Amino acid sequence: MEADITLTVDGRPRALRVDTRTTLLDALREHLDNTAPKKGCDHGQCGSCTVLLSGRRVVSCLILAAAADGAEVTTAAGLGDEAAPHPLQQAFVEHDGLQCGYCTPGQVCSAAGVLDEAAAGWPSAATPPDDLAEGSAPVLTDAEIRERMSGNLCRCGAYAGIVAAVGDAARAHAPAESGGNR
Amino acid sequence: MTTTRAATATGTGPRRADGPRKAAGTAPYAYEYPVADLAYIAPVQATVARGRVLEVDASDAEAVEGVLTVLWHANAPRLEPDPDLSGLQRAAELAVLQSGEVAYRGQVVAAVVAETFEAAHQAAAQVTVRYEQFPHDVDLSDQRSDAVAPEEDHRQGDTAGAEPADVVVEHTYTTAMQHNNPMEPHSTVAHFDGAALTLYESTQGVHEVRRTVAAIAGLDPRSVHVIAPYVGGGFGSKGPLHAPTALATLAAMALPGRSVKLALTRRQMFALVGYRSPTLQRVRLTADAQGRLSGIDVVATVQSSALADFVEQAALPSKSMYAAPNRRMGHRAVHLDAPVPTWMRAPGECPGMFGPEVAMDELAWSCGLDPIELRLRNEPDRDPHTHKPFSSRNLAACLHEGARRFGWDGRAPVSAARTENGWRVGLGVAASTYPVVPPPSGSRARIRYEGEGVYVVSLGAADIGTGAWTALTQVAADALGAPLERVRVRLGDTTLPEASLAGGSTGLASWGSTVHAAAEAFRARHGQAPEPGAEAEADLPDNPDGDDFAMFAYGAQFAEVRVHEATGEVRVPRLLGVFAAGRIVNSRTARSQFLGGMTMGLSMALHEESVVDGRFGHVVNADFAEYHIAANADVEDIQAHWIDEEDPHVNPLGAKGIGEIGIVGTAAAVANAAYHATGVRVRSLPVRLDDFVGA
Repeated sequence: MEADITLTVDGRPRALRVDTRTTLLDALREHLDNTAPKKGCDHGQCGSCTVLLSGRRVVSCLILAAAADGAEVTTAAGLGDEAAPHPLQQAFVEHDGLQCGYCTPGQVCSAAGVLDEAAAGWPSAATPPDDLAEGSAPVLTDAEIRERMSGNLCRCGAYAGIVAAVGDAARAHAPAESGGNR
Repeated sequence: MTTTRAATATGTGPRRADGPRKAAGTAPYAYEYPVADLAYIAPVQATVARGRVLEVDASDAEAVEGVLTVLWHANAPRLEPDPDLSGLQRAAELAVLQSGEVAYRGQVVAAVVAETFEAAHQAAAQVTVRYEQFPHDVDLSDQRSDAVAPEEDHRQGDTAGAEPADVVVEHTYTTAMQHNNPMEPHSTVAHFDGAALTLYESTQGVHEVRRTVAAIAGLDPRSVHVIAPYVGGGFGSKGPLHAPTALATLAAMALPGRSVKLALTRRQMFALVGYRSPTLQRVRLTADAQGRLSGIDVVATVQSSALADFVEQAALPSKSMYAAPNRRMGHRAVHLDAPVPTWMRAPGECPGMFGPEVAMDELAWSCGLDPIELRLRNEPDRDPHTHKPFSSRNLAACLHEGARRFGWDGRAPVSAARTENGWRVGLGVAASTYPVVPPPSGSRARIRYEGEGVYVVSLGAADIGTGAWTALTQVAADALGAPLERVRVRLGDTTLPEASLAGGSTGLASWGSTVHAAAEAFRARHGQAPEPGAEAEADLPDNPDGDDFAMFAYGAQFAEVRVHEATGEVRVPRLLGVFAAGRIVNSRTARSQFLGGMTMGLSMALHEESVVDGRFGHVVNADFAEYHIAANADVEDIQAHWIDEEDPHVNPLGAKGIGEIGIVGTAAAVANAAYHATGVRVRSLPVRLDDFVGA
C-alpha cells in the first residue's frame, strides 16, 4: 500500500509517494536523497537517525513516513552546511566531538533539541531538585548534557568532545531566543 | 611561486579535515552514493547452528511485488572454489551460498533482491528453508579435552618450579564475547556490468577488498573498483572481509547492470561480521616477598570456529611486559559451531592485558606494595621475549606522570576504606602496551603539484575516524615545506596508489612514512620550484632498524570507581591515561583516539557481553538495548595525556601508532579500583553490580 505525502525537509517542500511501511528515515535517505540522518540500528536504540520534527528531536527510524505527512523535518544538513555551519556543528569540529562521523549528524540534531528543551525549562533526570522551580531553565552543566545526550551512542567514544561542544553552544545560546537557527 | 616554509605542522592540533562535512551530514558513506537502477538485498539467516540446507522454497517470496530474485546455494553464481587470498582473509567465511552446509546459526542461507527495501525484507521473511539438522556445540570452557594449542607454548625456564615463590597469585580471569559494533553497519553497494565490478564499501582498506573480491569472483583486480573515503568506524571488523561483502558481490553478478545495496541490520551484525572471542586466562605469578617476579605463566583458552580458524592472541602481551626468568605463554583454542572471530580493537592485547594486570594488582596487595612500585620493580632492561633492546620503553614515565596527575599519592593503602554518600570509593591502576606492528602490506603514495602552491597527495589509505586524513596532511606539509592549507590528501579509492589497510595501529606510521618518502622523492626530482603537473611516487621504505629492536608503545591508566553500598551500581567518575607512543602528529585527533580507546575500555569493563544461548547457538542480546555500550552519561571526567617520546628506530616519523593502546588496560584499572573501593576482587568481565551485592 502506498501513500502520497508531503514533507518540508530542511525548508524545502517535497512531495513523494511512499510504501506505508517506509520509515521517515528511509523516506529521507532512500527517496529524498538526504543522507544526513544515519541508520545505525533501525530500532530507536542508537540515535544516529535523530532529526528535528516540527522543532523537536525524534528518532526518525521509529516514525512512519506516512504518519509524518505534512511535517516539517530538519536534518543536520538543514541546520548548517560546510560553508555556513550551525554553531553546534562548529563546536563539534572545534572540540573534535566526532571521529568516524556516522553518529554525528544525529548528535548535532539531538544537541539542538537539548538546547531548546533546556531553554523551555524541561528538566532531566540530572536536574538538581532546587532547579525545578516554575519558570526556571535548567543550567546545562556537563552532567545535564551527558544525561540529555545519552540517547545518541558514539562507538568511537567522542563523548568528552561532544559534551564540551554542546556546553560551548549552550553558553552561547541565550535562553530567550530559542530556535534562532531554524 | 615562492612559499615560505610553514611552521612545523607535526605536533600541532589542526582541526579534523573531514570534520565539517561529517558534522553537516554531507560526507557520503558506502550506502549513501546515488546510484542508478538500484535494488535491495535482504539476507536470510540459518535457524540451525549446524546442518545442511535441503531445500529453499522461494515461491512465496518470489510472489512479493518487486522481488527480482531469491538466491540460495542451488542457483547463486559460483565463486572461485580455492581463491588465492591474503593471510587476513578466511576463504570459508566468504564462500557464501556455495554449498548447503550450515556451520553456525545466523549464517546466510539465502538472500532476496528486490526493487525496494520493504519488499526485500518482507520477502526474506517468507523464504522457507528446510534443513537436515546436526547436533551443535557452542560451549566454551577451559576444561575441554579437545582444545588445541595452535602453536607450541612460548617457554623460558620452568614456571612450575619457579623460585622464589614466597608469593603466588594463581587465578582464572575471563573476558566476555564482544561485538565490534561500529555505528555504521557493514554496507556494500555493488554494480557489475558483466566485466567490471564497482563496490562502495565500508572497509578499512580498499585495496584489500579489491584483491579479495577479485580473487573470489574470478576477476582481474584491475576490473574491480572499490570506493570508501568515509567509513563509519570499524574497530577491526571492517579489516578482513566478511560474508556480506561476498553476498553483495554475488547479487551484483546475478543481476548485471543493477546497483545492489546491502546494509546489515544491527541484529545481523551479531552473526555475520565477526567478534572478539571470549577468553579464559589462567594466570600464575610467582614472586619473592619484595614482589620481584620469578615466574609468569599465562595460558589463554579462546574460541575459534569450525568453519575457519582465528585465535585471539590473549597470551601474547605477557611475553614482553615484565621481567621474570621463568615464563610460559600459550593458547588453547576450542573450535565451535560459531561464527569466525575477528579483529576487535587491540586483538590479543586488549583482553590479554586484563588477567595479568589484575593479577599484578593482586600480587601488589599480597606483597603489601603499591601497585605502581610493583610494576617498577619488574621493569625488564631488554625485551624478555626476544632479548632485543627496546627502541624506547617509557612505562615507568607513564606511571609516574599518571600518578602525579591523578593524585595517586593520597590513595589509602587499604581497601574498602573510603565511603562518600553511600558510595564506596577506590582508585586503581593498570598498564597498557601495544606493539609497533609491521604494516600488513606495503604502501605507495603519489604527490602531484597542481600549481598555485597546491599539492595533492594520493594513496589508497582509509580514515575510519582515526584522523589519518588530517595527520597525513600535516606529514605531507612538513615534508614538502608547504603550508597546511595548500596540501590536499585523497584516500579511500583503489584508483589511488595501493596502500595497506587500517589495522594494528599501523596506519599513520606506514602511510605517513610513505608520504614522507614520496615528498622527499618529489623534492629530489622537481626541486623547490616545480612546474604544475610535476609528480613523484614512492613506496613505504624498509625500516633498517626493524629487526634490531623490540618496539612497543606503553601507557598507564588510572580509574576512580564508585560502588554503591546498597545497590552495587558501579560508576567510574574519573579515568586518566598517560601514554608513551612516540611522536604525536596531531594533538587534537590523537587525544580523541586515546579517549575513544579508553571509553571503549570502560565499556568493556562495565557493559559489553554477547550472551550465547547454547541451545540454539546464537547471541540473544543482539541489539543496543541489550548489548550495552558506554553511553554519554557513563563517561565522566576522562583525560588522556602523553609524554614526549623520541624514538628514531620505529619509522621516519617516530610515531608508534595510537589507535589501539587506549583500550588496553582500562578494564583492569577499573576492576583494580573496584577492589580498592570494596575489597571484592572481580576476575570476570564485565564488572557488574551483582559482583558486589551481598559480597
